[in-house]
Amino acid sequence: MEQLSGGEMIVRALEDEGVEYVFGYPGGAALHIYDAIFKLDAVPHILVRHEQAATHAADGYARATGKPGVVLVTSGPGATNAITGIATAYMDSIPMVVLAGQVQTHLIGEDAFQETDMVGVSRPIVKHSFMVKRTEDIPSIIKKAFYIATTGRPGPVVIDIPKDLTHPEHKFDYHYPESVTLRSYQPSSRGHTGQIRKAARLLLSAKRPIIYAGGGVIQGEGCELLTTLAQKLNYPVTNTLMGLGAYPGSDRQFLGMLGMHGFYEANMAMHHSDVILAVGARFDDRVTNTVGKFCPGAKIIHIDVDPASIAKIVPVDIPIVGPVQTVLTELLAQIDAHLQGSDREMPEPAALAQWWQQIESWREAHGLWHGRRYGESELAMPQDVIKCLYEVTEGDAYVTSDVGQHQMFAAQYYKFDKPRRWINSGGLGTMGFGLPAAMGIKLALPDAEVACVTGEGSIQMNIQELSTCAQYGTPIKIVSLRNNYLGMVKQWQDMQYEGRYSESHYAASLPDFVKLAESFGHVGIKVEKRDDLEAAMREAFALKDRLVFLDVFVEPHEHVYPMHVAPSGAMKDMWLSKTERT
Amino acid sequence: MRRILSVLLENEPGALSRVVGLFSQRGYNIESLNVAPTDDHSLSRLTLTTSGDDLKIEQINKQLNKLIDVVKVVDLTEGAHVERDLLLVKVRAVGQQRDEVKRTTDIFRGQIIDVGPATYVIQLTGPTEKLDSFVAALGDAEIMEVVRSGVAGMARGEKVLAP
Repeated sequence: MEQLSGGEMIVRALEDEGVEYVFGYPGGAALHIYDAIFKLDAVPHILVRHEQAATHAADGYARATGKPGVVLVTSGPGATNAITGIATAYMDSIPMVVLAGQVQTHLIGEDAFQETDMVGVSRPIVKHSFMVKRTEDIPSIIKKAFYIATTGRPGPVVIDIPKDLTHPEHKFDYHYPESVTLRSYQPSSRGHTGQIRKAARLLLSAKRPIIYAGGGVIQGEGCELLTTLAQKLNYPVTNTLMGLGAYPGSDRQFLGMLGMHGFYEANMAMHHSDVILAVGARFDDRVTNTVGKFCPGAKIIHIDVDPASIAKIVPVDIPIVGPVQTVLTELLAQIDAHLQGSDREMPEPAALAQWWQQIESWREAHGLWHGRRYGESELAMPQDVIKCLYEVTEGDAYVTSDVGQHQMFAAQYYKFDKPRRWINSGGLGTMGFGLPAAMGIKLALPDAEVACVTGEGSIQMNIQELSTCAQYGTPIKIVSLRNNYLGMVKQWQDMQYEGRYSESHYAASLPDFVKLAESFGHVGIKVEKRDDLEAAMREAFALKDRLVFLDVFVEPHEHVYPMHVAPSGAMKDMWLSKTERT
Repeated sequence: MRRILSVLLENEPGALSRVVGLFSQRGYNIESLNVAPTDDHSLSRLTLTTSGDDLKIEQINKQLNKLIDVVKVVDLTEGAHVERDLLLVKVRAVGQQRDEVKRTTDIFRGQIIDVGPATYVIQLTGPTEKLDSFVAALGDAEIMEVVRSGVAGMARGEKVLAP
């Protein structure tokens, strides 16, 4: 049997696991591991410029490919810098394995140099964590970590590894297990047949149905099944922010995103529905608005692989715990069986036609807004920038975003027809996510167009990664909507704080982003007039092998609409512009 | 409503902190907590009393089950069960009180397990309410120190909590 040190075991285990990239940053406690990376040369390592970016890059890689992202950091500040990215992955259920160096076993607890209780610090934001106690356990712990991270409801797993256990001179037998079983972890493999039968019956009896699908459909590879189901029944579909792309965004049956900045027709249809089929969604507060007023007339079927997501926020009529794929397959079979038997309940064609008519009239009245609100100006509207991006990339790009107005505009105006194309921090709302995530995607899919939609606020939170992109040649396109404000903060200050812009304006402090990009060896293009937008966008995407930073000046006073009326509104209560509300 | 949850937990370092952390992280209340290894040394058994409506208890149950180290969870209060809490109380025992405290202890079938020149340590087991009543019944006696184990419990009859 092969004799390996702990450090070598880690590298060999990652290789055996089929890991394509490790995103990381070396430091004292991880140096034995880094030496093994150098010597074995088995797994490509991407040296980021900040550990937070390592986690976001691994996260972007995981979201785009469906494979787990892998991160390696050192102890102390290396580990704590990774925390924001781990929390981001946790909130959006992204499979990730984070290996963290730790001080030597005998120093633990002594406040040693660069010591942090990583297992303790990360505890509330991981699916699970391991502290390695013996070198011999490393292969099985890594196997377990990948198994836990990728099965059931996916999530990040942390492995904390004291430096002495990776020492190059202490070698042990290496065997990477084929599989693992854990008596206390057995994720559900299929839904309850009786519940699925009930769900089929309720779905078919609906007069005003709606399918509400979230990120779980994408994670669970259920998009095709969901689309088949929706089209077979001719039922309307809405996606959450995390679910965009689960159902084709340009299809007639798609009502757009729902929730705080959801489409008018999506929120109205949810509120007035009589049956909601919720799939891989978690009734987040950004979706429901006031829970007590949520969809008063609706019976709810909820399919989720995580039982704890069901009935957490909203009581559910038919809960189904199981993987989206197997449950939807069985649900489709049940529905087929019902539709074939002539004496069974049939869908209500007249009611459904009337429901569609109602939805179309909502769509006509206040569908997604296209136009110009605030008189003439030479500046582009932020929405126009996204529409231009959509046209130039022919709707086929991988689009990452940061957090704020630009994120909502991208979610609203870029019609995602395929899953895994829209990559954003939905749950945690992490500014600084977009650039490193785009980097991870571009490394995974070098032939794909990858665009990072951002703002001048968010981009500065991880802008150091322009250097990483230069080192590894990742020609992503950065589309930065520049309005000189923290746009979403400003919007709330406009709406709720009488326009007192407390600390949301940059004055004259912003860098020249064109020069900044150029200083890293990239291309920068400034777009100050809307008439120059399309040409600049085309030029950027024509530069196939260059990272291009598009610094687009946009109308600074634009708000994102619709917007839920909070704190006491229902889903149907929305601001439609600065002056109109439902 | 008061609930008693019994949890089988992997006897691993850090496992208990995940359970306790879950409660504080999600704003659930722990009224008492008792934990020790079982006859199978790979497992700890934890008895936890908390309170909440059915929805909240269901959510606590689900969240506990989500922890990888948790092997099984059962709500003992859903069925017939026995529960015991252990109380040790040190009281000032001088003069008239010395006899009075002894009498009260006998009535509650407690035991005096340490006798000092001016103190008693009394041991009493039983359901929580019995221990509460005993402490109240000590009346004028000066209570110097109290420690309780927290509730431990199991279902009556054939039902068992096993991995």
